[in-house]
Amino acid sequence: MFWNQKIETLTPAELSDLQLKRLKKTLESVQNVEFYQKQLKSAGIKPRDIRTLDDVSRLPFTRKQDLRDGYPFGFFAVPLREVVRIHTTSGTTGKPTVVGYTRNDLATWADLIARNMTMVGVTEDDVFQNMVNYGMFTGGLGFHYGAEAIGATVIPSATGNTRRQIEMINDFGVTVIHCTPSYAMHLAEVAEEMDSPLESLRIGLFGAEPWSDSMRTELEKRLGVTAYDSYGLSELFGPGVAFECQEREGLHIWHDCYLVEIIDPVTGEVCGDGERGELVVTPLAKEAMPLLRYRTGDITMLMEDGCICGRAKKIARITGRSDDMLVIRGINVFPSQIEHVLLQIAEVGSQFMVYVDRINHLDEMTIDVEINREYFSGELADLSRIQKKVVKELRDTLELRTTVRLVEPGTLPRFEGKAKRVIDRRNGL
Amino acid sequence: MDTYVIRQVSVFSENRPGRLAAIARALQDEKINILAFSIAEADGFGVVRALVDRPDRAFETLGSLGFNVAFTDVIAVKMRDEPGGLYEIARILGDAQINIEYSYAYSGKEGAVLILRVDDVQSAIQALLESGAGSMESSAFQ
Repeated sequence: MFWNQKIETLTPAELSDLQLKRLKKTLESVQNVEFYQKQLKSAGIKPRDIRTLDDVSRLPFTRKQDLRDGYPFGFFAVPLREVVRIHTTSGTTGKPTVVGYTRNDLATWADLIARNMTMVGVTEDDVFQNMVNYGMFTGGLGFHYGAEAIGATVIPSATGNTRRQIEMINDFGVTVIHCTPSYAMHLAEVAEEMDSPLESLRIGLFGAEPWSDSMRTELEKRLGVTAYDSYGLSELFGPGVAFECQEREGLHIWHDCYLVEIIDPVTGEVCGDGERGELVVTPLAKEAMPLLRYRTGDITMLMEDGCICGRAKKIARITGRSDDMLVIRGINVFPSQIEHVLLQIAEVGSQFMVYVDRINHLDEMTIDVEINREYFSGELADLSRIQKKVVKELRDTLELRTTVRLVEPGTLPRFEGKAKRVIDRRNGL
Repeated sequence: MDTYVIRQVSVFSENRPGRLAAIARALQDEKINILAFSIAEADGFGVVRALVDRPDRAFETLGSLGFNVAFTDVIAVKMRDEPGGLYEIARILGDAQINIEYSYAYSGKEGAVLILRVDDVQSAIQALLESGAGSMESSAFQ
């Protein structure tokens, strides 16, 4: 199913014409931003120098830190009176990042969400419960207006009070939910405690943090949904940048709105299709806050194969954010890999926390994981066996020796927003 | 033989301050008496083992508070409370090729009592009964 079949299935030639036209327009509008005036001037680039799409590689990158430095409105390319909404992204250190939207931006964004939801089969006959934060986080209002655009019945339940969320799903006959995958897992746990089967659910849209295929299997089994991966970031409107279609083999990124490059995060060189690197995006349809070559920090690749659904080139599911990536004794580790391992081991739960320390000049990784209530025999020896099994499975996958601590069921933090499972205590050394 | 099998309450516990207090408090609130107990400790976690007067109530109470609880079959033997008392019991089990996985003891008004977790509960009971040392019935506790 298509929301806008024409634009979703442009021929490669039509698409690149449109992209080039929009790229040129973007270059004009960034001239209203002091940061870009300076950047382009020092790089000696004039808007007319950009003649083909390949010329984008001559443009300077924009980093998250640049946006922070522009706090609050330094990246707005239109007067504030044309900005009709502001969102911010959580700043773990210092000021948050501010993003603004014109009326057209909000319409474009809602249209992208509508494309995504229609692509996975959501229609006006669906009842949609949006279980994400509705405040400054883009996930709430972003999905809200997209779902309203397609005419679904929208329940803006936001986060918290999981028992009430479950009651609403049952009482309102909710068919589609949107939340983070970790909250979905929590929802499943609570529903099981309440002995509530959530029979009306059919589709789960999960995003805002990386999640593994084994977590998908788990969520589908426990919630009775078909689960789809949603990708986005506030700097590119919010959720809706890329989404899985019903094939669920990679995510369709909307090339008419986002010019995609994959680069080696260290050298900045462009990667070929099928090569993993950092996703760099130049938005092509943003008015309030145009950006050039934005470094998303997300690790993915452009997929070589086309898709039978007829839409354009896909990106692979995100393997992690480059800021989440841990380098432990020189080995790259993504929290999603740890999650993947734990989901394969029945004796332990899927929640976990990772602590990284430097002891005697060596990185040491400690993982807390809950014992699965049903597998506690009462014998210390059995617990030790489980602990050793987890250590071994982690070592086989990560190629790293870790310390595993078994903790009591239900004691690790459950995250409703973005999960913060990694505590790196090596800072300041 | 089953009259000699005693249900020990085993509780999984992280090794951090306050966990034992939380368990003991829960049992106190339910007026459950602890007759004997021990803590086994491994790498960062442990198992609290207790013989209590009302094991089913203890299981329910601790379970409802979120503790991970299991029952473990153990046996109890009266020892002579004098030098050689432990040797006598250990020898009987050793001669019968029974392995003791763990054990703890207390000395109360009815004398010294040894609680044993063995690899073969039935054979252990049989060996103790045949030797004349005897095995305490679970009704003495529960």
